[in-house]
Amino acid sequence: MDSAISDPAVRTPLVRTADNGLKIVVVGGFGVGKTTLVRSVSDIRPLSTEETMTQASRGIDDLGGISSKTSTTVAFDFGRISLNERTVLYLFGAPGQERFWFLWDRLFAGTLGAVVLVDTRRLADSWYAIDRLEHHGTPFIVARNDFGGPKYTAEEVRDALDLDPRVPLIDCDARSRTSSKHVLITLVEHLRALASARETAS
Amino acid sequence: MIRPGRDDSPDRLYTLTGGRSRSDAHDFDLVTLVVSESEATLGMQSEHAAILRMCRLPTAVVEIAADLRLPVSIVKIMLSDLLDMGRITARHPRAVPSRAELPDLPLLEQVLVGLRNL
Repeated sequence: MDSAISDPAVRTPLVRTADNGLKIVVVGGFGVGKTTLVRSVSDIRPLSTEETMTQASRGIDDLGGISSKTSTTVAFDFGRISLNERTVLYLFGAPGQERFWFLWDRLFAGTLGAVVLVDTRRLADSWYAIDRLEHHGTPFIVARNDFGGPKYTAEEVRDALDLDPRVPLIDCDARSRTSSKHVLITLVEHLRALASARETAS
Repeated sequence: MIRPGRDDSPDRLYTLTGGRSRSDAHDFDLVTLVVSESEATLGMQSEHAAILRMCRLPTAVVEIAADLRLPVSIVKIMLSDLLDMGRITARHPRAVPSRAELPDLPLLEQVLVGLRNL
């Protein structure tokens, strides 16, 4: 993992005027290309960090005996894109496994939206993530990363994922900057459509 | 490679934060941008000094955690201490939608313009 960690001394810093951080989360199973996608569009080499959850931080206010408490650690990668002189978008690659979702609210409350990255050879890996995003009310799109496996039609993938027809499904190549950028634009356009619909409705 | 968060005993992390397991007053987000308001001084806890050095320009909480190789929650406690001492300021994310709410249209337009210009 050392190679994935960039040296703060050489990492491009944010500009002095930066004052608003935004979040987008890329969710997907192991090896589906989350970090590859983040790396393709990030201004910096992806960094890795982690969060631990102890019983105490779940809200039990007992400061004694910390060392006896069980803790769960989840690691995640991230990169960033400076959108303008004030706004910086952070992209998080998050594993879709069950224990991770205990930390979703703490880490990703206020996220703009999510990209569920899927490998059509292992679609079942995404079911849980899609279910959880719906549960959390986080808007998302699904991006199918091209691993050169058997070709399924979009309808077949939608059926296999039991995907709401309103959720965009697109193909991508996470290694390509242009393609990864298109994934993010598709997500934000989807968010804009949802926000416009809501404004019209209210 | 040594990763303090993963490999150390919880006792060490507990010591780093002066014995607290969570921050009370300040609600740091992963993407809250932190800016130093003073230089590191001699005798200061080394992690505090490192934070002050790395935040001469705005730096997100999550980047600080990655550079210090500490769990995010531990870093938030140290940041709360530095904020209480007036040694840093925090630029919290604006227009953060609460659960099941969408960000406003002008913000989304701004994000789209930025992404298209990449």
